[in-house]
Amino acid sequence: MSKKQKGQTRVCVYPDWCKGCGLCVAFCPAKVLVLNAFGKSEVANEDECINCGFCELHCPDFAIAIKPRTRSAPGQPDPRSGWSDPEAEHGRASPPEPTPEPNPNPEE
Amino acid sequence: MADVTQLIHDYLRHNKKFPHVFCAGCGHGIVLGSLIRSVHALGLPKDDVVLVAGIGCSGRMAVYVDFNTVHTTHGRALTFATGIKMANPKLKVICVMGDGDALSIGGNHLIHAARRNIGVTALILNNQIYGMTGGQCSSATPQGDISMTTPFGSLEKAFDIADMCKAAGASYVARGTSFHAIQLDRLISSAIMHPGFSVVEVFSPCPTQYGRKNKFRNAVDMYKWLKSNTVKVETLKEPDRKPEDGRIPIGVFRDVEEPGLEERYFELQRKLMGQNR
Ligand SMILES: Cc1ncc(C[n+]2csc(CCOP(=O)(O)OP(=O)(O)O)c2C)c(N)n1
Ligand code: SF4
Ligand code: SF4
Ligand code: SF4
Ligand SMILES: [Mg+2]
Repeated sequence: MSKKQKGQTRVCVYPDWCKGCGLCVAFCPAKVLVLNAFGKSEVANEDECINCGFCELHCPDFAIAIKPRTRSAPGQPDPRSGWSDPEAEHGRASPPEPTPEPNPNPEE
Repeated sequence: MADVTQLIHDYLRHNKKFPHVFCAGCGHGIVLGSLIRSVHALGLPKDDVVLVAGIGCSGRMAVYVDFNTVHTTHGRALTFATGIKMANPKLKVICVMGDGDALSIGGNHLIHAARRNIGVTALILNNQIYGMTGGQCSSATPQGDISMTTPFGSLEKAFDIADMCKAAGASYVARGTSFHAIQLDRLISSAIMHPGFSVVEVFSPCPTQYGRKNKFRNAVDMYKWLKSNTVKVETLKEPDRKPEDGRIPIGVFRDVEEPGLEERYFELQRKLMGQNR
């Protein structure tokens, strides 16, 4: 949690994983999120996000991620996080799967 | 704050069905996240961690996370955990139980694990109810509260889990909540690194079976309640007395270094083997 500066983050909600409990909406100090007509959390004021981390730490369904904004061209992978382009993250329904680890015991 | 969620996803078994079974707003999901962050912060390899779970909503945690996991029987998780720790003391054994699991059916195992000071971490998810089976009252349901089996209010007093574990001899005893996630990460990390029996009781809201019957309109209200009805134990003038305003103390209640049962056992083994030489 560095400086509480606005406009540094991308706020990504994965609607397939969100159950609409409303915790992120109720406790976000900057009122970034709202519940939409489908009862899911939706980003309304991304530029207000102060990167406090509350939503990420408290989403019981791991359905929300805060990422730094990058200058990589749209469609290009983000070299820092291993995620694909954060611009495109907004449109994801569910989080990307983690990269598989190499098997330490290949004989198995 | 970047990558908190990504980190959690790296520890989940993505071949299981997601989103997980917990209801919307269930505190158990937050505790699962906290457990993953704590293990990650300690730098423990996944293969050195064993998650032993009982039966209940809380027990479902073992299904989703990519450690060594054992989903045991109702109330007996600590007995499996004890066996695993004695057989291979190098493993970090974490035992996830509900309040019904740990105190009602499994109460005897809990006090004896504490008395023996076996080097296991008991993570007790206290939602004050039997969540999974439809909301029957547990031995942690507060007196006067409504449940499926106490429609006019429970007549019995609830166990104070932290007090009980302290009295039974656990060498690390702490209490946190699903609302205080950063503190919970710290409590779970220190419990895992603690040499003897460590207990972390977590107040973890059950909006479906407990909240609805007890005048909480929704999950958010339960977290607001946790926010305003808890107090950090270190800010209390008399930490050993219950606050008169009824707030629940959270934090570390006991942290003493005492060798765990497995250490004493291997010490004895070394001694006896030396004598026979
Ligand atoms: C020996 C045995 N008795 C009873 C049950 C039924 N049962 C399953 S879960 C449960 C209680 C769960 O409550 P708790 O441990 O508090 O977990 P929660 O679901 O609240 O997280 C009971 C009584 C069982 N599975 N096995
Ligand atoms: S906390 Fe998570 S599950 Fe709840 S509404 Fe927000 S994104 Fe959805
Ligand atoms: S990081 Fe903080 S300010 Fe940003 S959306 Fe989440 S809760 Fe709101
Ligand atoms: S019944 Fe209660 S404890 Fe079980 S998943 Fe639902 S909210 Fe959580
Ligand atoms: Mg319970």
